[in-house]
Amino acid sequence: MKNILTVENVYKNYGSFTALNNVSIAVPEGSIFGLLGPNGAGKTSLIRIINQITLPDSGHIFLDGEKLKQNHIKDIGYLPEERGLYKSMKVGEQALYLAQLKGMSKIEAKKKLLYWFDKFEIRDWWNKKIQELSKGMAQKVQFIVTVMHEPKLLIFDEPFSGFDPINANLIKDEILKLRDDGASIIFSTHRMESVEEMCDYIALINKSNKILDGKLSDIKHQFKENKFEVGLLSTNKEDLYNQIKSKFSIENSVSNSFNADLRVLVSLKEHETSTDLIRFLNSKAQITHFTEIIPSANDIFLKAVATNE
Amino acid sequence: MNKLKLIIKREFYAKVKNKSFIVMTVLSPLLMVGLFALIIFLNEKNSEEVRTIAFVDESHEFSTTFTDSNTTKYIDLTALGIEGAKDKAKEFYYGLLYIPKSDSLSVLSKGISFYSKDVPSLNLLSSIENKLEKKIRNLKIEQLHIDVSKIKATETVVNIATENFIGEKSSKIGSVLRMAAGGGFGYLIFMFIIIYGTSVMRSVIEEKTSRIIEIIISSVKPFELMLGKITGNALAGILQFIIWMISAGLLLYVITYIFGPEVAQSSNTMPITPDVVQQVQETTGNNLQLVLQEIKNLPILTMFFSFIIYFLGGYLIYSSIYAAIGAAVDSETDTQQFMMPVLMPLMIAIYVGFSVIENPHGPIALGFSLFPLTSPIVMLMRIPFGVPWWQIVVSMLLLVITFIAIVWFAAKIYRVGILMYGKKPTYKELYKWLKY
Repeated sequence: MKNILTVENVYKNYGSFTALNNVSIAVPEGSIFGLLGPNGAGKTSLIRIINQITLPDSGHIFLDGEKLKQNHIKDIGYLPEERGLYKSMKVGEQALYLAQLKGMSKIEAKKKLLYWFDKFEIRDWWNKKIQELSKGMAQKVQFIVTVMHEPKLLIFDEPFSGFDPINANLIKDEILKLRDDGASIIFSTHRMESVEEMCDYIALINKSNKILDGKLSDIKHQFKENKFEVGLLSTNKEDLYNQIKSKFSIENSVSNSFNADLRVLVSLKEHETSTDLIRFLNSKAQITHFTEIIPSANDIFLKAVATNE
Repeated sequence: MNKLKLIIKREFYAKVKNKSFIVMTVLSPLLMVGLFALIIFLNEKNSEEVRTIAFVDESHEFSTTFTDSNTTKYIDLTALGIEGAKDKAKEFYYGLLYIPKSDSLSVLSKGISFYSKDVPSLNLLSSIENKLEKKIRNLKIEQLHIDVSKIKATETVVNIATENFIGEKSSKIGSVLRMAAGGGFGYLIFMFIIIYGTSVMRSVIEEKTSRIIEIIISSVKPFELMLGKITGNALAGILQFIIWMISAGLLLYVITYIFGPEVAQSSNTMPITPDVVQQVQETTGNNLQLVLQEIKNLPILTMFFSFIIYFLGGYLIYSSIYAAIGAAVDSETDTQQFMMPVLMPLMIAIYVGFSVIENPHGPIALGFSLFPLTSPIVMLMRIPFGVPWWQIVVSMLLLVITFIAIVWFAAKIYRVGILMYGKKPTYKELYKWLKY
């Protein structure tokens, strides 16, 4: 698959502080790429380098196969985490200005803006000043400003912060739609549930180093620990529990259920397979529930960072 | 380049459409002219008050000396005697002038006294003294049997014509004119740098605190943004100055038209006698010619072009420093520690500038007119007095080199600073930013 963005061996130092240490990532075209990491890991530094706000000390960046250059500004849309607009400038005027800075013509920009303003039903804000709008309203304008020039690559840094659940959902749907329309998206966030929901690929940066990257499903596979949650119908739960415990290692019983179910979390050793487990359980009682525990993005995040430290 | 134009346009409109800009632009000339009109008005009101002065002239020589004017009336109370006149004057009049009787005019002149409730106005007193002196002088001339008309014929007015060794004429008025031109230009640059430099700084801080900065510089280079900001603000400033000059000129014209020549006279509290008028007319007539001559003598072309160059150089140097300061801090309250070093050279330049006018070619004048942080002000003040061309060239060269260096440094600090939030940076940190 073609990569829309390739970052190769990027280093960035601020004085004696290393912000990025030999970081490489590849963002496949048409995907949503989650850029994850604790605060101060170097995500923003990397995003700023991709946006040509700062230059890397060494390393290369390619956008759509070409070495990153000034002209690529129009191909990137960036929604920074700390966002804001000119407070005393009118919404429409401001959006037009920012669109023109991205290289759009005034007529083209106006057409696009009206399309988006209608879509978000905010056309009557055109002549309002930003300071008259609420924070959430201003965020909507900001979102439009980010996407209106139809860039190939969109970078969202914590796009949902400041939105109520309804509007967050609206934005989420728009982001997914943009992806379906062919844009590639870099998505930097701490909200793991949205990573789970939206990202196709992730990269994890911790303490200036990339410690993990790849397809989310692959990583999950890589991080799963052969754990299974099983449910068994039994009249004598204690006896059954002990029987299983003698054969397999039980993490914990999931719940002291008030129905007839025994629920336990079984952790398989390397030589054991799920078939062995099923076979054994089947011979003891009726199986009502059998699920492999796949680690959540949150678990992966915590585990990867903990291992790295 | 296209983006730079967009930024300049936005900065210009953001500044010009701002309410405080409009208010300042419209109100300032009105305020200035209003103040001027108020002063004139008060002056007129003040002089409308008529003072009545009583006098007791025991010598009987001065009965015709005191003629009533618009502001002063005289009443002869000689008949009441000094004590009676004192009682009456205390009740009804502004003051009482007492002229004793004496055979000798010299003794008489020492014996004159003035009684009043309050301390008398200096103008009034000197006006009375003038009258007395003139009368006594004429009396003395008569006593000596000299023909008054012959004395008149000996009166001469001397105006020393000054000229430098290569034959250029100069005059005291010329010096005043040079001072005014140099001082005016220097002061204009000083004001402009402070007002619009601060405005650039505010605009940078605004972008930083509103956090739009990151969006903007993901579209344009920080240097372009800084340059656009500085240029846009300068254009707004130039527009404001032009509006001020035109409207102030118009309003002044209207005011003088309404008040007419009285404006000129009302400020003149000296008593105007026909021969004084004639004298004044003569000298002003001469002076007008001289002034025109002097204006012609001024190095106008040099002044004009150097004004433009020093204006641009000075403004660009200082406003890029202001931009860097704005980028380094989070709020305007944090700017104090960085403002001092910026204001210092400007203040020094103004103070030195005004002493330079006294001695335009001294070593201090030379030094500060070469030093690039003060040269835009000091050199402009010197230029009307004639400066050797090599000094101008060296000064401008230094200005341009400094300009490039400072803009380079400022751009570096700006580039890093606009993305730094949180703590107030120290000078040491600013130095570190230069190496990022």
